[in-house]
Amino acid sequence: MAEALLSLRGVETHIGRYHILHGVELDVPQGGLTMLLGRNGAGKTTTLRTIMGLWRASAGAVRFEGRDITRLATADVARLGIAYVPESMAIFADLTVQENLVLAARSGPPRAERLDRIFARFPALRRFWTLPAGLLSGGQKQMLAVARAIIEPRRLLLIDEPTKGLAPAIIANMIDAFRELKDGDTTLLVVEQNFAFARRLGDTVTVMDDGRTVHHDTMDAFAADQALQQRLLGLSMDTHQ
Amino acid sequence: MLRALLSDNLPRSRWLAAVLIVIVLALALAPFLFPGAKSLNVAVKICVFIVLAASYDLLLGYTGIVSFAHTMFFGIGGYGVAIALARLAPDWGAVALGTGAGVLVAVVLAALIGLFSLRVRTIFFAMITLAVASAFAILASQLSGLTGGEDGLNYRVPEALRPAFRLVEGDVLGVAVNGRIMTYYLVFLVSLALVLAMMRVVSSPFGSVLMAIRENAFRAEAIGYRTVVYRTVASCIAAAAAAVAGALLALWLRHTGPDTTLSFDLMIDILLMVVIGGMGTMYGAVLGATLLILAQNYLQDAMAAASQAASGVPLVANLLHPDRWLLWLGLLFILCVYFFPTGIVGRLRAARGRG
Repeated sequence: MAEALLSLRGVETHIGRYHILHGVELDVPQGGLTMLLGRNGAGKTTTLRTIMGLWRASAGAVRFEGRDITRLATADVARLGIAYVPESMAIFADLTVQENLVLAARSGPPRAERLDRIFARFPALRRFWTLPAGLLSGGQKQMLAVARAIIEPRRLLLIDEPTKGLAPAIIANMIDAFRELKDGDTTLLVVEQNFAFARRLGDTVTVMDDGRTVHHDTMDAFAADQALQQRLLGLSMDTHQ
Repeated sequence: MLRALLSDNLPRSRWLAAVLIVIVLALALAPFLFPGAKSLNVAVKICVFIVLAASYDLLLGYTGIVSFAHTMFFGIGGYGVAIALARLAPDWGAVALGTGAGVLVAVVLAALIGLFSLRVRTIFFAMITLAVASAFAILASQLSGLTGGEDGLNYRVPEALRPAFRLVEGDVLGVAVNGRIMTYYLVFLVSLALVLAMMRVVSSPFGSVLMAIRENAFRAEAIGYRTVVYRTVASCIAAAAAAVAGALLALWLRHTGPDTTLSFDLMIDILLMVVIGGMGTMYGAVLGATLLILAQNYLQDAMAAASQAASGVPLVANLLHPDRWLLWLGLLFILCVYFFPTGIVGRLRAARGRG
């Protein structure tokens, strides 16, 4: 297995008086796509937010490229080349599509060839370039959120439930987009409930339950073991259709 | 040319554009269109309060910062010029020194308040600014040796700004171009430049970051923007603009005291101007300030005329009595907020969108 780009060791996170993460252990190998799976409330989103510094880990360590980033401010974590796409189409609704993308290009105006690639993948963004992002449809907002994360080369993308509430045609588009990123130099950590989507894209999988990581494997091995899926995720055979 | 001047931030409504053109032309030609001490005084106040409201819009409308210390920065600029002119010679050097010192003190204070307080929640930050502004007002009234205390300071201005000064012999369009007219145009031109500069700020990538922070500070952080730094810089820019506005008013009034620059009533006025005009638009500050200053100065006169006209109708004449002008002003504001929840500018733009 490739060396871990990101690793979490014994990470504990409290939100107010609630103890959410109980010693999370996670390795995200360089250059692949790791799926973070688990039932609702397992702590997947909190794990992503803890990596980004949006929630502060109360114990344990988050290391990125060997560097301890546990105590870094969110903006500093982002500046290391880690982009975060939260669930619920987290775009800036009052800004135009153009402003949303320009804002995310931290190192200067977006490069033309990068924009062309984004437009080729998500043509709607070119069409609504000067429109306030709040007026886009749900799927277009999600496209914009992903486009914002990839407007510049990133070392690591953290994506939270990218297919939530999206139409199948848009999901197919997302799969192609993530595959393209994976084939590039980008490492992805994706939280997902849609196992059909996860299985088509994931290289490795980590399963969480009750704030703990309970299983780590290759996606092929995990997809082949339906009894394990049933036990860890509560998935039935129907899910695989 | 106009597009570049407005930093691509166009009115986006024909009605709004028409109203703005009327306001700017009326202000540009005010000494000739509306000669007289009162009307010129009203025009100066409109110019100064447009800058003050626009700088507050940068905070409230564009960055989502609720501050009650904005009049403090206004006062710092006013007192800077007042103290320099009262203590030093009444010349341009003292004006420059006073304005520069006022802007510097305002920016440093804004940076300190921002860096120490902008991490807390909006309401707590508002309370901190309220406390700081109150403390400053008390300080200004207690340091009477420096500030003139409750009476304030009276001072002379540079010769070219005095009423006795004449730029040209004889009248121009029936108006003597004296030092007061010179002061008016100084106020008008500096105000215009400041508003255009602030429009440039909000239309720049920096302005986009401010709007992103207003919408969701966590998301802006997650992209890599240090929100506290951006908020603090926005506070400093707004404070600097407010300080220059204070310096302009000080030059016009030739008197600076707590009532003219530091009163909490002024803070409420600025808040109303921004809300009624339309937050996060810049143009809203122009409309709001013009409307409020005109209402404050002429509503009473209009009501006196209306009351006289309705003298035969007992209840109506009584209701329109000039002494009740504040009641009607309040009612006007309630109606404005009710019918224009996004401000006058928002309403005009929405009408255009539907049309």
